[in-house]
Amino acid sequence: MPAQAPEVRRANFAEVNLGLPERIALLEAERCLLCKDPKCVAGCPVGINIPRFIQLLTEGKLPEAAHCLLNDNPLPAVTGRVCPQETQCELECIRGYKGLPVAIGHLERFLGDWARGHAQRPALEAAPPTGKQVGIVGAGPGGLTAAGELARLGHQVTVFEALHKPGGVLVYGIPEFRLPKQIVREEVARLERAGVKILCNTVIGRTYTLAELRARFDAVFIANGAGLPVFMNIPGENLKGVYSANEYLTRANLMGARRSARAGTPILTGRRVATIGGGNVALDAVRTAKRLGAESATIVYRRTRKEMPARAEEVLHAEEEGIQFEFLAAPVAIQGDARNWVTGLQCVRMELGEPDASGRARPRAIPGSEFLVPCEVVIVAIGTRANPLLAGTCPELKLDSRGGIAVDEQGMTNLPGVFAGGDIVRGAATVILAMGDGKRAARAIHEYLRRPVSPARAPAERITP
Amino acid sequence: MHKIIAKASLSPQIIRLDVAAVRIARIRQPGQFVIVHRGGDAERIPLTIADADAEAGTITLVIQVAGQSTCELAALNPGEAIANIAGPLGHPTELIAAGRALCIGGGVGVAVVHPIAQGLKRRGVTVSSIIGGRTREAIIFEPELRRLGEVIVCTDDGSYGRRGFVTDAARDALAAGGIDIVYAVGPVPMMRAVANLTRPLGVRTIVSLNPIMVDGTGMCGGCRVSVGGQTRFACVDGPEFDGHAVDFEQLMDRLTTYRDFEQRALAACQEGDCKLGRR
Ligand SMILES: Cc1cc2nc3c(=O)[nH]c(=O)nc-3n(C[C@H](O)[C@H](O)[C@H](O)COP(=O)(O)OP(=O)(O)OC[C@H]3O[C@@H](n4cnc5c(N)ncnc54)[C@H](O)[C@@H]3O)c2cc1C
Ligand SMILES: Cc1cc2nc3c(=O)[nH]c(=O)nc-3n(C[C@H](O)[C@H](O)[C@H](O)COP(=O)(O)OP(=O)(O)OC[C@H]3O[C@@H](n4cnc5c(N)ncnc54)[C@H](O)[C@@H]3O)c2cc1C
Ligand code: SF4
Ligand code: SF4
Ligand code: FES
Repeated sequence: MPAQAPEVRRANFAEVNLGLPERIALLEAERCLLCKDPKCVAGCPVGINIPRFIQLLTEGKLPEAAHCLLNDNPLPAVTGRVCPQETQCELECIRGYKGLPVAIGHLERFLGDWARGHAQRPALEAAPPTGKQVGIVGAGPGGLTAAGELARLGHQVTVFEALHKPGGVLVYGIPEFRLPKQIVREEVARLERAGVKILCNTVIGRTYTLAELRARFDAVFIANGAGLPVFMNIPGENLKGVYSANEYLTRANLMGARRSARAGTPILTGRRVATIGGGNVALDAVRTAKRLGAESATIVYRRTRKEMPARAEEVLHAEEEGIQFEFLAAPVAIQGDARNWVTGLQCVRMELGEPDASGRARPRAIPGSEFLVPCEVVIVAIGTRANPLLAGTCPELKLDSRGGIAVDEQGMTNLPGVFAGGDIVRGAATVILAMGDGKRAARAIHEYLRRPVSPARAPAERITP
Repeated sequence: MHKIIAKASLSPQIIRLDVAAVRIARIRQPGQFVIVHRGGDAERIPLTIADADAEAGTITLVIQVAGQSTCELAALNPGEAIANIAGPLGHPTELIAAGRALCIGGGVGVAVVHPIAQGLKRRGVTVSSIIGGRTREAIIFEPELRRLGEVIVCTDDGSYGRRGFVTDAARDALAAGGIDIVYAVGPVPMMRAVANLTRPLGVRTIVSLNPIMVDGTGMCGGCRVSVGGQTRFACVDGPEFDGHAVDFEQLMDRLTTYRDFEQRALAACQEGDCKLGRR
C-alpha cells in the first residue's frame, strides 16, 4: 500500500495510506486462490463473501464486485481501512500459510473507494414501504448500518444522535489521517437519500426517554456505544494537562481544535506528550499529538509490542512517524508543578508473568524500578465503559454485570421490540462487530415487525428536533 | 437550526437570548442546561436554561460575555440562528417539598438561580433570594425574582442595595434561622464562601458547578469534578452537587486550563476579528 512519507505525514492530518492503484489491486486479487472452502470468510466476523467479490474483481467487473461487497458490508471503505485484518480475515487466508495472505482489507478499501467515486454505484434494491417505524439510538457504525438495512427492508427509520454530527467514533474518535470524514459524510448522505431521518443534538434519556421512543416507534435499536472514559485512579489525574483519549480526540477531530485559526475549541499541545495504553485509541491519540506539534510523543504500555491490541499497521506507522514506546511500564502517579500543570508521568517497570484469562502474559511490577517520563500532557487511553446516561433513565432495561445492555441471540433486550448492539453490548469492540450487530438487529427487527399483531401503541407526540 | 426570537441586553456584559427550541422548552426542569454550538468551527458550550415558554416554544439563555464563544453568541441578532442546541442536560434540581429556601446568586449565576426559585415557589416553598453583582448595572433578574419572594440586592461598590458581597447578606439571613436549604450559584469563590458559611450551621447547600464541558453526555470526562473525594462528571452526575462535599479549589484550578488561549481569542474577538463581533 503506497503511503505518505513518514516525515511528511507526521506534520499533516491527511490520510496516511494512499490506496492501491487499479493495476496493483487487480494483481493482488489474482493472488486469491478462490478457495472452495474459504477460510478467510470464517475469519471475518460478518462472513463477507470474500472469494466472490475478489473473483469479480479479477474478471475486471468492478461494478459487480462492488455490488457484491456492498451487499454484505455497507461500509467497505471504512472496514477496509480500520478492521484488524491481521487477526480476522487475513489471519485465516490460506495464502498466509506460506508467504503473505491476500491483502483483503486493501482490496475491500479499493472497491469501497471505487464505488464512492462512481455514480454508477449500484443502488441496493429496496423493498416497498411497510408502514412500520423504527427508532435508532446512536449514529455510530452500529446505528447507521441498522438504519441502512431497515430502510432497505422498507421501514421508516429515524436515528437519534446526541452530538451535532453523525458517525459516532468514526467522526469523534478515529482521526482523519486514518479515516477521512468525507467517507462518513457520504454514507450519511446516502442513508438520507434512502429516506432515513437523522436527528442530531438529541440525547435519548434526556431529550426523549426510551419509554417515549417505545410509544412512538414499532421497534427501537440502541447502539449508543461505550463512551465513558475510564481513568486509572492514580494521584494527579485531575492536574491540568491530563486528558482522557476521548476528550483529546474529540477536541482534535470533532471540534477541529488547532486545525484552523478560527477553531473555537482549544487543546493543550505540550512539547512532550505521554499516552497510556496500547490499543488503537492510544495510538490515534499519540499520533494526533505528534501532528499537533509534540517534539516527543510516547506510548506507555504495560506489556510488550507483541501484546499490543492495536492494528499491526498502526503500530508500524507510529514507529515510522517517530512515536516513542515505553514498553513494560505502568503509570503510578502524574506529577505536577506548584501551579498544578503536568510535569511528568511516574512509572514503574513491569515484567511479564503467567498468561491471564485473555491469554496474554500478565504484567507484574518490579519493585524499586520507578522512573519518570517527563511530559506536559498525559492522555489516558486505557479503555471505556458503558455510558450510563440512557440506562440510568430506564430502570426496567436489563443490564449485564459491566453495565452494558443485556441481549438475547437475536439482539433483543428484555423489553419487547427493543434491540441493542455494538459497543454498548460488547464493551469496547470493533467497527465491524458493531456493523454486524446492526445488520443482525435489522433482520431480527424485520422478523419482529412481521408478527401478525403488533403491540398496541399509545398515541404519542410527534418527534422533531 | 434554532432561531433567535428576541434579544435584550441585561447589563453591559450580560445578554439575554430567547431561542426557538420547542421540545426543550416543553420538558426542561430547573437546574438543567443545554449545550450550544453556534455552528461551523465554534466551540460547544454549556448554558443554563434560565427560563422557557412552553407555548411559544422558546428557551431563554442568559449569557455573560466571558470569551470568544460567548462573545460570538452575544453578537447574534433576532432572525439569525444557532445551529445546534442539545438538551435539556443534567439532573434537575433537587427541590424541597415544603419549608423555606434561600437562593443566592452572583453575577450571571442569578439567571441560573431563577428557574430554581420558580420551581420552589410552584411547590409552595417560601423563597427568599440574595443576588449580587459588581455594580448596579450588573444586577439581573431582580424583577423576576421579586415576583417569587423577598429579594436582597448586594453590590460590591454599594451603588445599589446593600454594599458588599452576597455572603455578607447571607450570613445575616442564616443567623436569623429557619432556612431549610440554600441554593447557591455564581462564581466559584462565591459558592465556596457560601458553602463555608452553611457547613458549620448544618444547612444543606446545593451548588451548580460550571466546569469546562465538551460533549455534555458523559463521553469525554473533561467536566470531571471531585465531590466527597470521588470523581464525578458534572454533565451527567450534576451539574448540581452538595456544596459541602465539592473540591472548589480543584474546580477553580481546572477552569484556568485554557486561560492563555481564551485571552488571545477574546482579544481577537473584541477587536472585531471574529466575524460576528462587530455587528
Ligand atoms: C479512538 C478510537 C479508535 C478506534 N479504532 C478502531 C479501529 O481501528 N478499528 C476498529 O474496528 N475499531 C476501532 N475502534 C472501536 C470502534 O470505533 C467501536 O467499536 C465502534 O465505533 C462501536 O460502534 P457503535 O455503533 O457501537 O458505537 P459508537 O461508534 O460509539 O457510536 C455511538 C453513538 O451514539 C451516540 N450516543 C451515545 N449516547 C446517546 C444517547 N443517549 N442518545 C443519542 N445518541 C447517543 C454517540 O454520540 C455516538 O455517536 C476505535 C475506537 C476509538 C475510540
Ligand atoms: C452547566 C453549566 C451551565 C452554565 N450556564 C451558564 C449560563 O447560563 N450563562 C453563562 O454566561 N455561562 C454559563 N456557563 C459558563 C459558560 O459555559 C462559559 O462561560 C463559556 O463556556 C465560556 O466560553 P467563552 O469561549 O466565551 O469563554 P472562554 O474564553 O472559553 O472562557 C472564559 C471563562 O469560562 C470558562 N469556560 C471556558 N470554556 C468553558 C466551557 N466549555 N464550559 C464551562 N466553562 C468554560 C473558562 O474557564 C473561563 O473562566 C455554564 C457552565 C456550565 C458548566
Ligand atoms: S469486514 Fe473486516 S474482517 Fe471482514 S473481510 Fe472486510 S476487512 Fe476482513
Ligand atoms: S482464504 Fe485467501 S486465498 Fe482463499 S479465498 Fe480467501 S482470500 Fe482467497
Ligand atoms: S462534558 Fe464530556 S463528560 Fe461531561
